[in-house]
Amino acid sequence: MTIAGSLPSPPTGAEVLSGGPGGRRGRARRMLAPVLSAHGLQRWLLWAGIALVLLFVVLAIFAPLISPYGWNQYCAHLVRGACEGRFTRQGRPSGAHWFGTTVQAEDVLARVIYGARTAMEVVVLAVLFSTCVGIPLGLVSGYFGGTLDRVLVLIMDALFAFPYLLLAIVIAFVLQGGIGGGVLTAAVAIMAVYVPQYFRVVRNSVISVREENYVEAARTLGARPRTILGRYVFVNVIQTVPVVASLNAADAILTLAALSFLGVGVDPTAAAQWGYDVSRALSDAQAGYWWTGLYPGLAIILLVGGLTLLGEGLNDVYNPVLRRRGIRRVVLPARTWDDRAPQ
Amino acid sequence: MSSSTGSLRRYLVTRLALVIPMVLLLLTFVFGLMRVAPGNPIQAALGGHLSPAQLHVRMHAAGYDKPVVVQYGEYLRQVFTGNFGTTITDSRPVSQIITQNGAATLELTVAALFVALLVGVPLGMLAGRMRDSWVDVSARSFGIVVYAAPVFFLGFLARLVFSTYLGWLPSSSQASVLVQADLIPHSNILILDAMIDGKWGDLPDLVRHLTLPAITLGLLLAGVFVRLIRVNVIQTLRADYIEAARARGVRESRVVVRHAFRNALVPVITVVGLQVALLLSGAVLTEATFNWPGIGNELVFYLNSRDYTAVQGIITVFALVVVAVSLLIDIANAWIDPRIRYS
Repeated sequence: MTIAGSLPSPPTGAEVLSGGPGGRRGRARRMLAPVLSAHGLQRWLLWAGIALVLLFVVLAIFAPLISPYGWNQYCAHLVRGACEGRFTRQGRPSGAHWFGTTVQAEDVLARVIYGARTAMEVVVLAVLFSTCVGIPLGLVSGYFGGTLDRVLVLIMDALFAFPYLLLAIVIAFVLQGGIGGGVLTAAVAIMAVYVPQYFRVVRNSVISVREENYVEAARTLGARPRTILGRYVFVNVIQTVPVVASLNAADAILTLAALSFLGVGVDPTAAAQWGYDVSRALSDAQAGYWWTGLYPGLAIILLVGGLTLLGEGLNDVYNPVLRRRGIRRVVLPARTWDDRAPQ
Repeated sequence: MSSSTGSLRRYLVTRLALVIPMVLLLLTFVFGLMRVAPGNPIQAALGGHLSPAQLHVRMHAAGYDKPVVVQYGEYLRQVFTGNFGTTITDSRPVSQIITQNGAATLELTVAALFVALLVGVPLGMLAGRMRDSWVDVSARSFGIVVYAAPVFFLGFLARLVFSTYLGWLPSSSQASVLVQADLIPHSNILILDAMIDGKWGDLPDLVRHLTLPAITLGLLLAGVFVRLIRVNVIQTLRADYIEAARARGVRESRVVVRHAFRNALVPVITVVGLQVALLLSGAVLTEATFNWPGIGNELVFYLNSRDYTAVQGIITVFALVVVAVSLLIDIANAWIDPRIRYS
């Protein structure tokens, strides 16, 4: 997925007019201004994306309150270790189990809801890790250049060229042997895939920003590299990150689903995962049990679709090259004698 | 004329020289990852099955008791002599996995690429030509859905609908048992083997087995092609030479087909090259979904039996394939487009 024209945007009209920093609320309003001023289809797609992502965030946070059962619960009650009211195996969707039950008699709806929690945990961690590693490396590499830059670019290009899924698989595989298959393992494996992307985006925009007049001015005034990077370069480069982050988050959901599908994701005895559920459902498909795989798969599509819409929407809105403002009618003043060309 | 071939030769030499650090970097990376894991590979794969003394013998035989630097040197030497090690769990040479299962992967990926071109190119052209029409909207929606849907979920749905409910196509493996027994392996590409021996009666069975996996993996790539070709056609139709052709009175259909579409197709070569990573990642998932006996399926098997040598060998091969393909694509591009050689 390419991020078309992720340039640092020049100050918007609102920014220039309001003149300088106007407190936290003013700054927040200025940052959100393009989102609120989006128009037409663009606006609808962006809001649809926000709504979908929010839905899954709510599911993830309030999973225990929303879900009718636990994610690995297969009995109505456990009385002193004895199972009472065992759910039917591979039961059709019904009033008691809206999405049916799996081969291990677990409730599919509960697994879909708790799966949102696992996905969110892993992806938030993965995006956090990869920005924390990728952005500083990109800043330093782009600003200072030289040998360090060349070596880092070579390494990142090598990582980038490697099939993303295989990279994540190898790291997850190795870490599972070391620290076990928890959320952290999956997050680190996914991080490795996305560090090169943040590195590239940040490095490229640093290279264009560092020649700007205001950076030159700061340098002339004797500002130290740390100050220049932190105050002038960072602020102008960071605007591209939310777009990349939401698109990467969408990709990361797919990568996590693929890892858990192949059995190298989060340990299936520790958490519910959509990809793992689809892999278990493959043999169900043979027997015509469609519900065990359909719902987790739809959950993946909806969340990935939502994050993609959000990312593309933000890109359209924040990127001045792609921004489409509403068309305003231009009303020309009535013609007067003075407008006529001299005879 | 001579200067142009000279520049091509110079480009080739520089490009080839760049391959060496890339390969070394990837190999070092794979080796490093496999060795950071605590514990040792033999223990991980066979612990519990063998006595401590037997384990020690196996470790010595595999060279895991030597210093890391020596192991690294041996790894490099082996890779350059085409020896990728022997699996720990079932003592199978990795090179055998590559020739046998690699043929199945090749068969699948080539078929998928064919499907992707057959679906993606016409759809992208139509969408670009009829921009903002319902064709365009549906082609773009197709692109988004195909991107957001994990390939294994598409596979699950395909198995459910076309195999279980409609009963049209087989849902797993490469051939029926009888056909498999009937064929004599030459190239290990079963369709080719059947043709070599003139066993035309076996072909329908082989094609039927190939259909669902190839379409599933092909659709994943088709989405990428649609997006790219659509944008290219839109840009090309705006170019000056299109305007010039129209001004000369060339018929519109001829302008579109001869002038616009042809030029819009040139970048597809580059994209096919860039998508090799996606294709390989997708192949691993597709093979696991349809139980297709390719390298990806073997990789999943060895991942789950925690066989380090097998995983390391297979990943090394994937890395080399990626480097080789990107080299070929760059050379093809330099040959077609002289601007690349001079930059």
